[in-house]
Amino acid sequence: MTDGTTPITGPIRHPISRADVEHVARLARLALTDAEVERLTADLAAVLAHAADVAALDLDGVPPTAHPLPLRNVLRDDEVRPTLDRAEVLAAAPVAEDGRFRVPRILDPS
Amino acid sequence: MTTTGYEAVIGLEAHVELATATKLFCGCPNEFGAAPNTHVCPVCLGLPGSLPVLNRTVVEYALRFAAALGFRVPDESIFARKNYFYPDMPKDYQISQYEEPILVDGAIDVDGVRIGIERAHLEEDTGKTTHMGGGGRIHEADYSLVDYNRAGVPLMEIVSRPDIRTAEQARAYVSELRGVLKALGVSDVKMEEGSMRVDANVSVRPVGTEAFGTKVEIKNMNSLRSLGRAIDFEIERQVAALEAGERIVQETRHWDEADGRTHGMRTKEGSSDYRYFPEPDLVPVAPSDAMRAAAAASVPELPAARRARLAADWGVSDADARVLVDVDGLADFAAAAVATLAGGTARDVANWCTGDVMAYLNETGLSVEVLPLAPDGLAELVGLVAAGTISRNQAKDVLAECLRTPKRPAQVVQERGLEQVSDAGALAAVVDEVLAANADAVAEYRSGDDKARKKKRGFLMGECMKALQGQGNPQLLNALLDERLAERLA
Ligand SMILES: [Zn+2]
Repeated sequence: MTDGTTPITGPIRHPISRADVEHVARLARLALTDAEVERLTADLAAVLAHAADVAALDLDGVPPTAHPLPLRNVLRDDEVRPTLDRAEVLAAAPVAEDGRFRVPRILDPS
Repeated sequence: MTTTGYEAVIGLEAHVELATATKLFCGCPNEFGAAPNTHVCPVCLGLPGSLPVLNRTVVEYALRFAAALGFRVPDESIFARKNYFYPDMPKDYQISQYEEPILVDGAIDVDGVRIGIERAHLEEDTGKTTHMGGGGRIHEADYSLVDYNRAGVPLMEIVSRPDIRTAEQARAYVSELRGVLKALGVSDVKMEEGSMRVDANVSVRPVGTEAFGTKVEIKNMNSLRSLGRAIDFEIERQVAALEAGERIVQETRHWDEADGRTHGMRTKEGSSDYRYFPEPDLVPVAPSDAMRAAAAASVPELPAARRARLAADWGVSDADARVLVDVDGLADFAAAAVATLAGGTARDVANWCTGDVMAYLNETGLSVEVLPLAPDGLAELVGLVAAGTISRNQAKDVLAECLRTPKRPAQVVQERGLEQVSDAGALAAVVDEVLAANADAVAEYRSGDDKARKKKRGFLMGECMKALQGQGNPQLLNALLDERLAERLA
Protein backbone atom coordinates (compact mmCIF):
# COMPACT_ATOMS: atom_id res chain seq x y z
CA MET A 1 0.00 0.00 0.00
CA THR A 2 1.18 3.52 -0.72
CA ASP A 3 0.81 6.40 1.66
CA GLY A 4 -0.57 9.83 0.81
CA THR A 5 2.81 11.25 -0.16
CA THR A 6 3.71 8.67 -2.78
CA PRO A 7 3.70 10.23 -6.23
CA ILE A 8 1.12 8.71 -8.55
CA THR A 9 2.38 7.57 -11.91
CA GLY A 10 0.43 6.83 -15.09
CA PRO A 11 -2.61 8.56 -16.50
CA ILE A 12 -5.42 9.15 -14.01
CA ARG A 13 -8.66 9.42 -15.90
CA HIS A 14 -10.95 9.30 -12.91
CA PRO A 15 -9.26 10.73 -9.86
CA ILE A 16 -11.23 9.89 -6.75
CA SER A 17 -12.55 12.59 -4.44
CA ARG A 18 -12.98 12.60 -0.68
CA ALA A 19 -16.73 12.61 -1.26
CA ASP A 20 -16.45 9.40 -3.35
CA VAL A 21 -14.53 7.69 -0.58
CA GLU A 22 -17.05 8.78 2.04
CA HIS A 23 -19.88 7.51 -0.17
CA VAL A 24 -18.26 4.11 -0.71
CA ALA A 25 -17.50 3.87 3.00
CA ARG A 26 -21.13 4.56 3.80
CA LEU A 27 -22.28 1.85 1.35
CA ALA A 28 -19.88 -0.62 2.97
CA ARG A 29 -21.01 0.49 6.43
CA LEU A 30 -17.48 1.56 7.40
CA ALA A 31 -17.02 4.27 10.02
CA LEU A 32 -13.85 6.09 8.95
CA THR A 33 -12.05 8.89 10.75
CA ASP A 34 -11.07 12.01 8.81
CA ALA A 35 -7.48 10.84 8.79
CA GLU A 36 -8.51 7.47 7.36
CA VAL A 37 -10.58 9.13 4.64
CA GLU A 38 -7.57 11.28 3.79
CA ARG A 39 -5.21 8.31 3.56
CA LEU A 40 -7.69 6.06 1.67
CA THR A 41 -8.40 8.78 -0.88
CA ALA A 42 -4.73 8.78 -1.83
CA ASP A 43 -4.48 4.95 -1.68
CA LEU A 44 -7.50 4.46 -3.88
CA ALA A 45 -6.22 7.04 -6.32
CA ALA A 46 -3.08 4.92 -6.68
CA VAL A 47 -5.19 1.80 -7.24
CA LEU A 48 -7.21 3.61 -9.87
CA ALA A 49 -4.01 4.82 -11.48
CA HIS A 50 -2.93 1.21 -11.86
CA ALA A 51 -6.28 0.33 -13.38
CA ALA A 52 -5.86 3.27 -15.72
CA ASP A 53 -2.56 1.75 -16.94
CA VAL A 54 -4.51 -1.31 -18.02
CA ALA A 55 -7.28 0.78 -19.52
CA ALA A 56 -4.72 2.68 -21.57
CA LEU A 57 -3.80 -0.49 -23.49
CA ASP A 58 -5.51 -1.37 -26.76
CA LEU A 59 -7.89 -4.08 -25.55
CA ASP A 60 -10.35 -4.16 -28.44
CA GLY A 61 -11.21 -7.77 -29.06
CA VAL A 62 -10.01 -8.94 -25.64
CA PRO A 63 -13.02 -10.32 -23.76
CA PRO A 64 -13.31 -9.30 -20.12
CA THR A 65 -12.16 -11.99 -17.72
CA ALA A 66 -15.04 -13.14 -15.54
CA HIS A 67 -13.06 -15.90 -13.89
CA PRO A 68 -9.35 -16.69 -13.82
CA LEU A 69 -9.79 -20.46 -14.24
CA PRO A 70 -10.56 -21.95 -17.68
CA LEU A 71 -13.64 -23.72 -16.34
CA ARG A 72 -17.22 -23.63 -17.63
CA ASN A 73 -20.48 -25.22 -16.48
CA VAL A 74 -19.63 -26.53 -13.04
CA LEU A 75 -23.06 -27.97 -12.30
CA ARG A 76 -24.57 -30.28 -9.72
CA ASP A 77 -27.56 -32.61 -10.02
CA ASP A 78 -30.82 -31.39 -8.50
CA GLU A 79 -30.73 -33.78 -5.54
CA VAL A 80 -31.63 -32.96 -1.96
CA ARG A 81 -28.71 -33.06 0.50
CA PRO A 82 -28.88 -33.12 4.30
CA THR A 83 -29.60 -29.77 5.94
CA LEU A 84 -28.21 -28.44 9.20
CA ASP A 85 -29.83 -29.01 12.55
CA ARG A 86 -31.81 -25.92 13.49
CA ALA A 87 -30.69 -25.83 17.11
CA GLU A 88 -27.10 -25.87 15.92
CA VAL A 89 -27.79 -23.11 13.38
CA LEU A 90 -29.55 -20.85 15.85
CA ALA A 91 -26.90 -21.44 18.50
CA ALA A 92 -24.62 -19.34 16.27
CA ALA A 93 -27.09 -16.45 16.21
CA PRO A 94 -26.62 -13.57 18.68
CA VAL A 95 -30.34 -13.81 19.43
CA ALA A 96 -32.95 -16.30 18.25
CA GLU A 97 -36.68 -16.31 18.77
CA ASP A 98 -39.42 -18.66 17.64
CA GLY A 99 -37.07 -20.74 15.47
CA ARG A 100 -35.82 -17.63 13.70
CA PHE A 101 -32.91 -15.20 13.78
CA ARG A 102 -33.80 -12.10 15.71
CA VAL A 103 -32.28 -8.96 14.19
CA PRO A 104 -32.40 -5.33 15.35
CA ARG A 105 -34.83 -2.85 13.85
CA ILE A 106 -34.00 -2.68 10.12
CA LEU A 107 -35.02 0.88 9.21
CA ASP A 108 -34.57 4.06 11.16
CA PRO A 109 -37.91 5.24 12.45
CA SER A 110 -37.05 8.74 11.15
CA MET B 1 -60.74 11.28 -13.26
CA THR B 2 -59.75 11.12 -16.90
CA THR B 3 -56.39 10.30 -18.37
CA THR B 4 -57.42 11.46 -21.85
CA GLY B 5 -54.55 12.89 -23.84
CA TYR B 6 -51.96 10.68 -22.15
CA GLU B 7 -50.70 7.18 -22.75
CA ALA B 8 -48.94 4.94 -20.28
CA VAL B 9 -45.67 3.15 -20.97
CA ILE B 10 -45.40 0.01 -18.88
CA GLY B 11 -42.66 -2.57 -18.44
CA LEU B 12 -43.02 -5.56 -16.14
CA GLU B 13 -40.46 -7.50 -14.11
CA ALA B 14 -41.71 -10.94 -13.19
CA HIS B 15 -39.84 -12.94 -10.55
CA VAL B 16 -40.64 -16.61 -10.91
CA GLU B 17 -39.61 -19.28 -8.41
CA LEU B 18 -38.41 -22.31 -10.32
CA ALA B 19 -39.92 -25.63 -9.31
CA THR B 20 -36.71 -27.54 -8.69
CA ALA B 21 -36.12 -30.10 -5.95
CA THR B 22 -33.28 -28.07 -4.43
CA LYS B 23 -32.07 -24.49 -4.14
CA LEU B 24 -30.03 -22.60 -6.74
CA PHE B 25 -26.58 -23.19 -5.27
CA CYS B 26 -26.99 -25.88 -2.58
CA GLY B 27 -28.84 -29.14 -1.96
CA CYS B 28 -31.35 -27.74 0.54
CA PRO B 29 -34.96 -28.60 -0.37
CA ASN B 30 -36.80 -25.97 -2.39
CA GLU B 31 -40.09 -26.45 -0.63
CA PHE B 32 -42.68 -24.00 0.64
CA GLY B 33 -44.15 -24.20 4.13
CA ALA B 34 -41.47 -26.00 6.20
CA ALA B 35 -40.72 -25.00 9.80
CA PRO B 36 -38.47 -21.89 9.86
CA ASN B 37 -34.73 -22.39 9.31
CA THR B 38 -34.95 -26.13 8.69
CA HIS B 39 -33.98 -25.94 4.99
CA VAL B 40 -30.61 -24.35 5.50
CA CYS B 41 -26.97 -25.33 5.12
CA PRO B 42 -23.56 -23.61 5.21
CA VAL B 43 -23.96 -22.40 1.59
CA CYS B 44 -27.34 -20.67 1.88
CA LEU B 45 -26.41 -19.34 5.34
CA GLY B 46 -23.25 -17.83 3.89
CA LEU B 47 -21.01 -19.56 6.43
CA PRO B 48 -17.27 -19.04 5.90
CA GLY B 49 -15.61 -21.59 3.65
CA SER B 50 -18.79 -22.69 1.89
CA LEU B 51 -18.96 -22.58 -1.91
CA PRO B 52 -22.01 -22.36 -4.21
CA VAL B 53 -22.48 -24.91 -7.03
CA LEU B 54 -25.08 -24.21 -9.71
CA ASN B 55 -28.12 -26.49 -10.01
CA ARG B 56 -28.16 -28.17 -13.46
CA THR B 57 -31.97 -28.29 -13.58
CA VAL B 58 -32.16 -24.51 -13.24
CA VAL B 59 -30.06 -24.12 -16.39
CA GLU B 60 -32.23 -26.69 -18.18
CA TYR B 61 -35.41 -24.82 -17.18
CA ALA B 62 -33.99 -21.50 -18.38
CA LEU B 63 -33.03 -23.07 -21.71
CA ARG B 64 -36.49 -24.61 -22.08
CA PHE B 65 -38.06 -21.19 -21.46
CA ALA B 66 -35.66 -19.74 -24.04
CA ALA B 67 -36.70 -22.30 -26.63
CA ALA B 68 -40.39 -21.61 -25.96
CA LEU B 69 -40.21 -17.83 -26.38
CA GLY B 70 -37.39 -17.48 -28.89
CA PHE B 71 -34.76 -15.98 -26.60
CA ARG B 72 -31.17 -15.77 -27.70
CA VAL B 73 -28.90 -17.72 -25.36
CA PRO B 74 -25.47 -16.01 -25.36
CA ASP B 75 -22.40 -18.25 -25.52
CA GLU B 76 -21.63 -17.41 -21.91
CA SER B 77 -23.38 -15.83 -18.99
CA ILE B 78 -21.93 -15.04 -15.61
CA PHE B 79 -23.14 -14.47 -12.08
CA ALA B 80 -22.54 -11.29 -10.12
CA ARG B 81 -22.74 -10.22 -6.51
CA LYS B 82 -25.30 -7.58 -5.70
CA ASN B 83 -24.12 -6.03 -2.45
CA TYR B 84 -26.54 -4.60 0.05
CA PHE B 85 -27.11 -4.61 3.77
CA TYR B 86 -30.40 -6.11 4.67
CA PRO B 87 -30.83 -9.17 6.88
CA ASP B 88 -32.91 -11.11 4.32
CA MET B 89 -29.60 -12.39 2.88
CA PRO B 90 -27.11 -13.76 5.38
CA LYS B 91 -24.15 -13.12 3.05
CA ASP B 92 -24.94 -9.37 2.75
CA TYR B 93 -25.07 -9.90 -0.98
CA GLN B 94 -27.35 -11.70 -3.39
CA ILE B 95 -25.96 -13.78 -6.23
CA SER B 96 -27.67 -12.60 -9.40
CA GLN B 97 -26.87 -11.98 -13.04
CA TYR B 98 -26.27 -8.41 -14.10
CA GLU B 99 -24.40 -7.53 -17.27
CA GLU B 100 -24.46 -10.96 -18.88
CA PRO B 101 -27.80 -12.70 -18.29
CA ILE B 102 -28.50 -16.23 -19.44
CA LEU B 103 -31.31 -15.18 -21.87
CA VAL B 104 -31.82 -12.07 -23.99
CA ASP B 105 -34.31 -10.83 -26.60
CA GLY B 106 -37.40 -12.97 -26.34
CA ALA B 107 -41.02 -12.08 -27.05
CA ILE B 108 -44.52 -13.29 -26.34
CA ASP B 109 -47.72 -12.69 -28.33
CA VAL B 110 -50.53 -11.32 -26.21
CA ASP B 111 -53.92 -10.95 -27.89
CA GLY B 112 -52.25 -10.38 -31.25
CA VAL B 113 -49.66 -7.89 -29.94
CA ARG B 114 -46.01 -8.89 -29.65
CA ILE B 115 -44.53 -7.86 -26.29
CA GLY B 116 -40.74 -7.89 -26.23
CA ILE B 117 -38.84 -9.48 -23.36
CA GLU B 118 -35.50 -7.80 -22.91
CA ARG B 119 -33.85 -10.45 -20.75
CA ALA B 120 -34.33 -13.22 -18.26
CA HIS B 121 -31.73 -13.90 -15.62
CA LEU B 122 -31.16 -16.24 -12.72
CA GLU B 123 -30.79 -15.18 -9.11
CA GLU B 124 -31.35 -16.43 -5.59
CA ASP B 125 -34.46 -15.59 -3.63
CA THR B 126 -34.09 -13.92 -0.25
CA GLY B 127 -35.11 -15.08 3.22
CA LYS B 128 -38.37 -14.10 4.79
CA THR B 129 -38.41 -11.30 7.37
CA THR B 130 -41.25 -10.84 9.82
CA HIS B 131 -41.42 -7.46 11.49
CA MET B 132 -42.41 -7.55 15.15
CA GLY B 133 -44.24 -4.69 16.82
CA GLY B 134 -45.52 -1.56 15.11
CA GLY B 135 -48.35 -3.50 13.45
CA GLY B 136 -45.85 -5.60 11.47
CA ARG B 137 -44.71 -2.62 9.38
CA ILE B 138 -40.99 -2.33 8.80
CA HIS B 139 -40.85 1.38 9.67
CA GLU B 140 -42.46 1.02 13.05
CA ALA B 141 -41.22 -2.46 14.02
CA ASP B 142 -39.23 -2.98 17.23
CA TYR B 143 -37.19 -5.79 15.70
CA SER B 144 -37.47 -8.45 12.98
CA LEU B 145 -37.27 -12.24 12.76
CA VAL B 146 -35.65 -13.98 9.81
CA ASP B 147 -36.28 -17.40 8.30
CA TYR B 148 -33.72 -18.44 5.67
CA ASN B 149 -35.65 -21.38 4.17
CA ARG B 150 -36.37 -19.28 1.07
CA ALA B 151 -32.85 -17.82 0.86
CA GLY B 152 -31.22 -19.37 -2.20
CA VAL B 153 -34.41 -20.65 -3.83
CA PRO B 154 -33.93 -20.28 -7.61
CA LEU B 155 -35.64 -17.33 -9.24
CA MET B 156 -35.83 -16.37 -12.87
CA GLU B 157 -36.43 -12.66 -13.35
CA ILE B 158 -38.17 -11.92 -16.65
CA VAL B 159 -37.91 -8.30 -17.75
CA SER B 160 -40.29 -7.11 -20.46
CA ARG B 161 -39.60 -4.23 -22.80
CA PRO B 162 -41.73 -1.12 -22.19
CA ASP B 163 -44.17 -2.35 -24.84
CA ILE B 164 -47.25 -2.47 -22.63
CA ARG B 165 -49.76 0.41 -22.74
CA THR B 166 -52.66 -0.45 -20.42
CA ALA B 167 -53.37 -2.23 -17.16
CA GLU B 168 -55.52 -4.70 -19.07
CA GLN B 169 -52.66 -5.52 -21.43
CA ALA B 170 -50.32 -5.92 -18.44
CA ARG B 171 -52.69 -8.47 -16.93
CA ALA B 172 -53.00 -10.30 -20.23
CA TYR B 173 -49.20 -10.40 -20.58
CA VAL B 174 -48.74 -11.87 -17.10
CA SER B 175 -51.55 -14.33 -17.71
CA GLU B 176 -49.99 -15.54 -20.97
CA LEU B 177 -46.54 -15.71 -19.39
CA ARG B 178 -47.93 -17.76 -16.50
CA GLY B 179 -49.60 -20.11 -18.92
CA VAL B 180 -46.34 -20.66 -20.78
CA LEU B 181 -44.30 -21.22 -17.59
CA LYS B 182 -46.92 -23.63 -16.29
CA ALA B 183 -47.07 -25.56 -19.56
CA LEU B 184 -43.27 -25.81 -19.50
CA GLY B 185 -43.45 -27.23 -15.98
CA VAL B 186 -40.74 -24.91 -14.69
CA SER B 187 -42.76 -23.08 -12.00
CA ASP B 188 -46.00 -23.22 -10.03
CA VAL B 189 -46.51 -19.53 -10.95
CA LYS B 190 -48.92 -18.85 -8.09
CA MET B 191 -49.06 -15.11 -7.49
CA GLU B 192 -51.06 -15.52 -4.29
CA GLU B 193 -48.41 -17.83 -2.78
CA GLY B 194 -45.55 -15.70 -4.02
CA SER B 195 -44.07 -18.17 -6.50
CA MET B 196 -44.61 -15.44 -9.10
CA ARG B 197 -44.12 -11.79 -8.12
CA VAL B 198 -44.57 -8.96 -10.58
CA ASP B 199 -43.25 -5.39 -10.30
CA ALA B 200 -44.30 -2.73 -12.79
CA ASN B 201 -42.41 0.25 -14.18
CA VAL B 202 -44.97 2.87 -15.13
CA SER B 203 -44.59 6.24 -16.81
CA VAL B 204 -46.99 8.43 -18.78
CA ARG B 205 -46.51 10.74 -21.76
CA PRO B 206 -48.76 12.90 -23.91
CA VAL B 207 -50.30 10.88 -26.73
CA GLY B 208 -48.28 11.29 -29.91
CA THR B 209 -44.94 11.94 -28.18
CA GLU B 210 -42.02 9.54 -28.29
CA ALA B 211 -39.91 10.48 -25.27
CA PHE B 212 -40.51 8.44 -22.14
CA GLY B 213 -41.78 10.16 -19.02
CA THR B 214 -40.12 9.63 -15.63
CA LYS B 215 -40.76 6.06 -14.57
CA VAL B 216 -41.96 4.88 -11.21
CA GLU B 217 -41.52 1.31 -10.01
CA ILE B 218 -44.49 -0.20 -8.20
CA LYS B 219 -44.25 -3.31 -6.04
CA ASN B 220 -46.24 -5.54 -3.75
CA MET B 221 -49.07 -6.64 -6.07
CA ASN B 222 -50.02 -10.20 -5.15
CA SER B 223 -52.68 -11.00 -7.71
CA LEU B 224 -53.52 -10.19 -11.31
CA ARG B 225 -56.33 -8.05 -10.03
CA SER B 226 -54.13 -5.95 -7.76
CA LEU B 227 -51.58 -5.62 -10.59
CA GLY B 228 -54.28 -4.07 -12.76
CA ARG B 229 -55.60 -1.84 -9.99
CA ALA B 230 -52.12 -0.64 -9.01
CA ILE B 231 -51.22 0.27 -12.60
CA ASP B 232 -54.50 2.10 -13.14
CA PHE B 233 -54.04 4.01 -9.89
CA GLU B 234 -50.47 4.92 -10.78
CA ILE B 235 -51.41 6.14 -14.27
CA GLU B 236 -54.10 8.39 -12.81
CA ARG B 237 -51.77 9.66 -10.08
CA GLN B 238 -49.06 10.58 -12.57
CA VAL B 239 -51.44 12.25 -15.02
CA ALA B 240 -53.00 14.27 -12.19
CA ALA B 241 -49.54 15.35 -11.02
CA LEU B 242 -48.52 16.44 -14.53
CA GLU B 243 -51.81 18.26 -15.05
CA ALA B 244 -51.18 20.09 -11.77
CA GLY B 245 -47.80 21.21 -13.09
CA GLU B 246 -45.82 18.88 -10.81
CA ARG B 247 -42.81 16.77 -11.74
CA ILE B 248 -42.85 12.99 -11.42
CA VAL B 249 -40.19 11.75 -8.99
CA GLN B 250 -38.33 8.61 -9.99
CA GLU B 251 -38.96 6.30 -7.05
CA THR B 252 -40.24 2.95 -5.87
CA ARG B 253 -43.81 2.90 -4.61
CA HIS B 254 -45.62 0.19 -2.66
CA TRP B 255 -49.14 -0.89 -3.58
CA ASP B 256 -51.48 -1.06 -0.59
CA GLU B 257 -54.33 -3.44 -1.34
CA ALA B 258 -56.39 -2.15 1.58
CA ASP B 259 -56.51 1.54 0.65
CA GLY B 260 -56.14 0.98 -3.09
CA ARG B 261 -53.22 3.41 -3.47
CA THR B 262 -49.48 3.35 -4.11
CA HIS B 263 -47.22 4.86 -1.45
CA GLY B 264 -43.71 6.23 -1.86
CA MET B 265 -40.97 4.31 -0.06
CA ARG B 266 -37.73 5.43 1.44
CA THR B 267 -35.29 6.21 -1.39
CA LYS B 268 -33.32 3.15 -2.33
CA GLU B 269 -29.74 2.65 -3.30
CA GLY B 270 -29.33 3.08 -7.07
CA SER B 271 -27.96 0.22 -9.14
CA SER B 272 -24.42 1.69 -9.01
CA ASP B 273 -24.70 1.56 -5.25
CA TYR B 274 -25.12 -2.21 -5.32
CA ARG B 275 -21.47 -2.41 -6.43
CA TYR B 276 -22.09 -5.39 -8.68
CA PHE B 277 -19.01 -7.42 -9.51
CA PRO B 278 -18.47 -10.88 -11.04
CA GLU B 279 -19.03 -13.67 -8.52
CA PRO B 280 -15.59 -15.22 -7.99
CA ASP B 281 -17.00 -18.46 -6.56
CA LEU B 282 -18.92 -19.42 -9.72
CA VAL B 283 -17.62 -20.08 -13.21
CA PRO B 284 -19.41 -18.92 -16.37
CA VAL B 285 -22.35 -20.87 -17.77
CA ALA B 286 -21.81 -21.86 -21.40
CA PRO B 287 -24.73 -24.04 -22.52
CA SER B 288 -23.55 -26.71 -24.94
CA ASP B 289 -25.32 -27.50 -28.20
CA ALA B 290 -26.53 -30.74 -26.64
CA MET B 291 -28.11 -28.89 -23.71
CA ARG B 292 -29.78 -26.44 -26.08
CA ALA B 293 -31.11 -29.22 -28.29
CA ALA B 294 -32.44 -31.20 -25.32
CA ALA B 295 -34.19 -28.08 -24.03
CA ALA B 296 -35.78 -27.36 -27.42
CA ALA B 297 -37.02 -30.96 -27.59
CA SER B 298 -38.59 -30.66 -24.12
CA VAL B 299 -40.95 -27.80 -25.03
CA PRO B 300 -44.55 -29.05 -24.96
CA GLU B 301 -47.51 -27.50 -26.76
CA LEU B 302 -47.84 -23.90 -25.56
CA PRO B 303 -51.17 -22.37 -24.47
CA ALA B 304 -51.73 -20.30 -27.63
CA ALA B 305 -51.30 -23.37 -29.85
CA ARG B 306 -53.44 -25.46 -27.56
CA ARG B 307 -56.26 -22.92 -27.61
CA ALA B 308 -56.15 -22.83 -31.40
CA ARG B 309 -56.22 -26.62 -31.56
CA LEU B 310 -59.17 -26.95 -29.18
CA ALA B 311 -61.09 -24.31 -31.11
CA ALA B 312 -60.41 -26.13 -34.38
CA ASP B 313 -60.82 -29.76 -33.22
CA TRP B 314 -63.67 -29.41 -30.77
CA GLY B 315 -65.49 -26.45 -32.28
CA VAL B 316 -65.42 -24.46 -29.04
CA SER B 317 -65.33 -20.66 -28.97
CA ASP B 318 -62.06 -18.79 -28.43
CA ALA B 319 -63.32 -17.67 -25.03
CA ASP B 320 -64.14 -21.24 -23.97
CA ALA B 321 -60.80 -22.49 -25.30
CA ARG B 322 -59.12 -19.85 -23.12
CA VAL B 323 -61.00 -21.00 -20.04
CA LEU B 324 -60.12 -24.64 -20.73
CA VAL B 325 -56.42 -23.87 -21.16
CA ASP B 326 -56.06 -21.19 -18.46
CA VAL B 327 -57.70 -23.10 -15.64
CA ASP B 328 -55.24 -25.54 -14.08
CA GLY B 329 -55.81 -29.03 -15.40
CA LEU B 330 -59.17 -28.30 -17.02
CA ALA B 331 -58.09 -28.88 -20.64
CA ASP B 332 -56.32 -32.11 -19.61
CA PHE B 333 -59.45 -33.22 -17.79
CA ALA B 334 -61.61 -32.44 -20.82
CA ALA B 335 -59.18 -34.20 -23.16
CA ALA B 336 -59.19 -37.30 -20.96
CA ALA B 337 -62.99 -37.26 -21.00
CA VAL B 338 -63.08 -36.87 -24.79
CA ALA B 339 -60.70 -39.83 -25.09
CA THR B 340 -63.23 -42.13 -23.39
CA LEU B 341 -66.32 -40.70 -25.06
CA ALA B 342 -68.77 -43.38 -26.24
CA GLY B 343 -71.57 -41.03 -27.31
CA GLY B 344 -71.89 -37.27 -27.68
CA THR B 345 -69.23 -34.85 -28.86
CA ALA B 346 -66.03 -33.23 -27.62
CA ARG B 347 -67.90 -29.96 -27.72
CA ASP B 348 -70.48 -31.38 -25.27
CA VAL B 349 -67.62 -32.27 -22.93
CA ALA B 350 -66.12 -28.78 -23.30
CA ASN B 351 -69.47 -27.13 -22.64
CA TRP B 352 -69.96 -29.05 -19.40
CA CYS B 353 -66.38 -28.19 -18.37
CA THR B 354 -66.62 -24.46 -19.03
CA GLY B 355 -70.19 -24.33 -17.73
CA ASP B 356 -71.29 -26.38 -14.73
CA VAL B 357 -67.85 -27.75 -13.77
CA MET B 358 -66.25 -24.27 -13.84
CA ALA B 359 -69.15 -22.77 -11.90
CA TYR B 360 -68.64 -25.41 -9.21
CA LEU B 361 -64.86 -24.82 -9.10
CA ASN B 362 -65.39 -21.07 -8.77
CA GLU B 363 -68.02 -21.53 -6.10
CA THR B 364 -65.91 -23.90 -3.99
CA GLY B 365 -62.39 -22.76 -4.80
CA LEU B 366 -61.46 -26.39 -5.54
CA SER B 367 -59.11 -27.48 -8.29
CA VAL B 368 -59.99 -29.99 -10.99
CA GLU B 369 -57.60 -32.60 -9.61
CA VAL B 370 -59.50 -33.00 -6.35
CA LEU B 371 -62.94 -33.45 -7.90
CA PRO B 372 -64.49 -36.86 -7.19
CA LEU B 373 -65.70 -36.80 -10.79
CA ALA B 374 -63.26 -38.63 -13.07
CA PRO B 375 -62.89 -37.66 -16.73
CA ASP B 376 -64.55 -40.89 -17.85
CA GLY B 377 -67.42 -40.05 -15.48
CA LEU B 378 -68.04 -36.86 -17.42
CA ALA B 379 -67.81 -38.85 -20.66
CA GLU B 380 -70.42 -41.24 -19.23
CA LEU B 381 -72.73 -38.33 -18.46
CA VAL B 382 -72.37 -36.92 -21.97
CA GLY B 383 -73.11 -40.41 -23.30
CA LEU B 384 -76.28 -40.72 -21.19
CA VAL B 385 -77.60 -37.46 -22.64
CA ALA B 386 -76.60 -38.38 -26.19
CA ALA B 387 -78.35 -41.76 -25.88
CA GLY B 388 -81.48 -40.04 -24.62
CA THR B 389 -81.36 -41.86 -21.28
CA ILE B 390 -81.64 -38.54 -19.45
CA SER B 391 -82.44 -35.02 -20.55
CA ARG B 392 -79.94 -32.16 -20.41
CA ASN B 393 -81.72 -30.70 -17.41
CA GLN B 394 -81.62 -34.01 -15.57
CA ALA B 395 -77.94 -34.26 -16.48
CA LYS B 396 -77.30 -30.96 -14.67
CA ASP B 397 -78.68 -32.44 -11.46
CA VAL B 398 -76.75 -35.67 -11.94
CA LEU B 399 -73.53 -33.74 -12.53
CA ALA B 400 -74.13 -31.61 -9.45
CA GLU B 401 -74.18 -34.81 -7.37
CA CYS B 402 -71.18 -36.34 -9.15
CA LEU B 403 -69.11 -33.20 -8.47
CA ARG B 404 -69.70 -33.65 -4.75
CA THR B 405 -69.69 -37.40 -4.30
CA PRO B 406 -67.69 -40.23 -5.82
CA LYS B 407 -70.80 -41.67 -7.52
CA ARG B 408 -70.82 -42.49 -11.22
CA PRO B 409 -73.46 -40.69 -13.31
CA ALA B 410 -75.14 -43.98 -14.28
CA GLN B 411 -75.42 -44.87 -10.61
CA VAL B 412 -77.05 -41.54 -9.77
CA VAL B 413 -79.47 -41.94 -12.68
CA GLN B 414 -80.43 -45.39 -11.42
CA GLU B 415 -80.78 -44.35 -7.77
CA ARG B 416 -83.00 -41.45 -8.69
CA GLY B 417 -84.94 -43.53 -11.22
CA LEU B 418 -84.20 -40.96 -13.87
CA GLU B 419 -83.82 -43.25 -16.83
CA GLN B 420 -85.92 -42.09 -19.71
CA VAL B 421 -87.91 -44.76 -21.46
CA SER B 422 -86.39 -44.70 -24.91
CA ASP B 423 -87.46 -48.13 -26.01
CA ALA B 424 -89.62 -47.49 -29.08
CA GLY B 425 -91.72 -50.60 -28.56
CA ALA B 426 -92.54 -49.75 -24.95
CA LEU B 427 -93.34 -46.17 -25.86
CA ALA B 428 -95.57 -47.21 -28.77
CA ALA B 429 -97.51 -49.50 -26.47
CA VAL B 430 -98.13 -46.63 -24.06
CA VAL B 431 -99.23 -44.33 -26.90
CA ASP B 432 -101.67 -46.96 -28.15
CA GLU B 433 -103.11 -47.48 -24.67
CA VAL B 434 -103.56 -43.73 -24.14
CA LEU B 435 -105.27 -43.28 -27.52
CA ALA B 436 -107.61 -46.19 -26.83
CA ALA B 437 -108.52 -44.87 -23.39
CA ASN B 438 -109.20 -41.38 -24.74
CA ALA B 439 -111.35 -42.11 -27.77
CA ASP B 440 -113.32 -38.86 -27.23
CA ALA B 441 -110.23 -36.74 -27.44
CA VAL B 442 -109.06 -38.63 -30.52
CA ALA B 443 -112.46 -38.03 -32.16
CA GLU B 444 -112.29 -34.32 -31.37
CA TYR B 445 -108.77 -34.27 -32.78
CA ARG B 446 -109.98 -35.78 -36.04
CA SER B 447 -112.86 -33.33 -36.51
CA GLY B 448 -111.27 -30.18 -35.06
CA ASP B 449 -109.50 -27.27 -36.71
CA ASP B 450 -105.74 -26.64 -36.32
CA LYS B 451 -106.18 -24.89 -33.02
CA ALA B 452 -108.35 -27.64 -31.55
CA ARG B 453 -105.97 -30.32 -32.86
CA LYS B 454 -103.01 -28.64 -31.23
CA LYS B 455 -104.86 -28.54 -27.96
CA LYS B 456 -105.95 -32.19 -28.08
CA ARG B 457 -102.48 -33.29 -29.18
CA GLY B 458 -101.00 -31.50 -26.17
CA PHE B 459 -103.51 -33.23 -23.90
CA LEU B 460 -102.71 -36.67 -25.32
CA MET B 461 -98.97 -36.06 -25.01
CA GLY B 462 -99.49 -35.11 -21.38
CA GLU B 463 -101.43 -38.33 -20.78
CA CYS B 464 -98.63 -40.39 -22.35
CA MET B 465 -96.02 -38.71 -20.11
CA LYS B 466 -98.24 -39.22 -17.09
CA ALA B 467 -98.49 -42.91 -17.93
CA LEU B 468 -94.69 -43.03 -18.13
CA GLN B 469 -94.26 -41.08 -14.88
CA GLY B 470 -92.50 -38.35 -16.82
CA GLN B 471 -89.69 -40.60 -17.95
CA GLY B 472 -90.56 -41.06 -21.58
CA ASN B 473 -88.01 -39.81 -24.04
CA PRO B 474 -89.83 -36.68 -25.24
CA GLN B 475 -88.42 -36.67 -28.79
CA LEU B 476 -89.32 -40.32 -29.41
CA LEU B 477 -92.68 -39.98 -27.74
CA ASN B 478 -93.59 -36.92 -29.82
CA ALA B 479 -92.63 -38.71 -33.01
CA LEU B 480 -94.65 -41.82 -32.12
CA LEU B 481 -97.72 -39.83 -31.13
CA ASP B 482 -97.60 -37.84 -34.38
CA GLU B 483 -97.26 -41.05 -36.33
CA ARG B 484 -100.26 -42.68 -34.62
CA LEU B 485 -102.45 -39.56 -34.93
CA ALA B 486 -101.57 -39.23 -38.61
CA GLU B 487 -102.77 -42.84 -39.08
CA ARG B 488 -106.10 -41.88 -37.48
CA LEU B 489 -106.49 -38.98 -39.94
CA ALA B 490 -105.84 -41.06 -43.01
ZN1 LIG C 1 -28.58 -24.60 1.64
